[in-house]
Amino acid sequence: MTRLLGVACLFVLLCALPAFVFAQPTQADPATLDYHLSARAVAPGVFVVEGANADFSVANGCNIINTGFIVTGAGVVVVNTGPSRRYGEQLRALIGRTSSEPVVRVIHLNLHPDYFLGNQAFADVPRAATPATRAGMQREAKAYEDNLYRLCGDWMKGTEALLPDTDAKPGVERIGRHEIELVALRGHTDSDLVLIHRASGVAFVGGLVFSRRIPTTPHAQLDAWQASLLDLAGRPLRMLVPSHGVVSADTAAIALTQRYLAWIHTAFRSAAERGDDMNDVLRLPVPDEFRQWAAFEAEYTRNVANLYPRYEQAVLKPRR
Amino acid sequence: MSRCLFASLGLVWSMLATPSFAQADAASTGGDPFGSYQWPDLKREFLGSGRVEFDARVKVLAPAFAEDPMNVPITVLADGLRDVEWITVLVDRNPIRKVLEYFPVASLPRVSFRFKLEQASPVRAAVKTRDGVWHVGGALVDSAGGGCTAAGETRRDGSWARTLGDLSARVFPHSVPVADADTGTHANTRTGTRVRLRVMHPMDTGLVRGIPAFYVNRLSLRDGAGRELLRINTFEPVSENPVFSFDFAEQPVGRLQLVGTDNNGNRIGGPVE
Repeated sequence: MTRLLGVACLFVLLCALPAFVFAQPTQADPATLDYHLSARAVAPGVFVVEGANADFSVANGCNIINTGFIVTGAGVVVVNTGPSRRYGEQLRALIGRTSSEPVVRVIHLNLHPDYFLGNQAFADVPRAATPATRAGMQREAKAYEDNLYRLCGDWMKGTEALLPDTDAKPGVERIGRHEIELVALRGHTDSDLVLIHRASGVAFVGGLVFSRRIPTTPHAQLDAWQASLLDLAGRPLRMLVPSHGVVSADTAAIALTQRYLAWIHTAFRSAAERGDDMNDVLRLPVPDEFRQWAAFEAEYTRNVANLYPRYEQAVLKPRR
Repeated sequence: MSRCLFASLGLVWSMLATPSFAQADAASTGGDPFGSYQWPDLKREFLGSGRVEFDARVKVLAPAFAEDPMNVPITVLADGLRDVEWITVLVDRNPIRKVLEYFPVASLPRVSFRFKLEQASPVRAAVKTRDGVWHVGGALVDSAGGGCTAAGETRRDGSWARTLGDLSARVFPHSVPVADADTGTHANTRTGTRVRLRVMHPMDTGLVRGIPAFYVNRLSLRDGAGRELLRINTFEPVSENPVFSFDFAEQPVGRLQLVGTDNNGNRIGGPVE
């Protein structure tokens, strides 16, 4: 009975929430390998295509990324192409259903696999990334393919890395009726691009901001990352589209990400100073706030593996 | 094609790993709780003819999956057992299955290190007590694979030769987390002394083309009077630039000294403070 009541309360609560929280993507279907992508307009001409707020899995088709596109009046600019060839094809079909304009450019915000493994569907379009991101993709592409085939199975069929073919240049550019600014930052990876749609203040912030989702850190430099977040916090933005996590019509996720990274830094440093081994750090009491974020179990394990060795080595005294 | 095969093998493995499957086929896995067909062979090869028991008092702490297959962190805890003489760590599905042998002469029966995991596998600790019985515990670690057959970072960039044998270390008083006997997780209470050390060494497995096996094979920690506190025999699967944690109930006396060798006869060691 109490459970029924609980469900009823939850229902009422959900109905009371603003619409953007509801805009969960339709579930991917592993039987038909259909991602059921849908485009949501967040500003005139600006669309986001939201993935699951979760870790990679066969059930979600490994679609855990928020991609997007901007219909400019002089063609469509695509932001990231998703985790697989199939995703790329379905994204391109979705763009075709949404706009009659041709795709004129693809922009990759960093080197991570679901930012570019859909590129085969955009082979005829200039694909831009920063030189550091292009070099990183080239270095890691083979490992990405192998790992995503292992994690995602059939969803990956036919996927091969097709690299970007042109350098992205930071600065403001007018395409059709829209001013688009590219800002070059770093810290989540060696090179993190942020794409700002100037008229609306919508910012595609890539991997620099995670919204109620544990940040990924395989290429992270925490001090540079925090500096980039400070930079973003100082800009007149109105809405963030993080690559992973919830898309909402505010900029609150910057502070969430700042808080998590600061916690990691402090907790790992004191763990190293008291002599914790990696398995002790995996069992640290993590604040409830962060435990409730998506992908906690898998991603915190990765955070420890990626980042703890640096803190540990800093406290071991060298001997010759 | 090879990728498809890889993915389906992963699926078969995950089915093998479920306890229900293990029970269904207990005869050919020797009653192994992980249902691993390698277990009977592993037991024969490394544990000999002595009595072998699966024992919940032997805990192997590991992440559920290997984010970095070249550096999978393992902690073995056998605090619940008395008179521990010898701890052997074995990995069913590694091409080289013995990772290390640890002799806690005057230390607690616990050790932490990282190792290279070639594919998803049970990781076992077999703990021999004075009565000759092997007590076995383990953990299952999933992996994307490739840990043993890829060259290490310092081998790839050539920097290993400049840092070979460099030791960094530190003694942490009042630092050993008290293990929870049931879960293996630690409470906030800390007691005893932990020694952590890192030895720079490529730890080549011999499974990468053109690079012969080259690894630290023996380390011994001694107290100020030269008495041996612990001894560890390490093998190819231990990670590049290995990091170890050793725990003591009481702080050892005097200035500690590490002495050891690799399989090419290079001497390794230095003071540990």
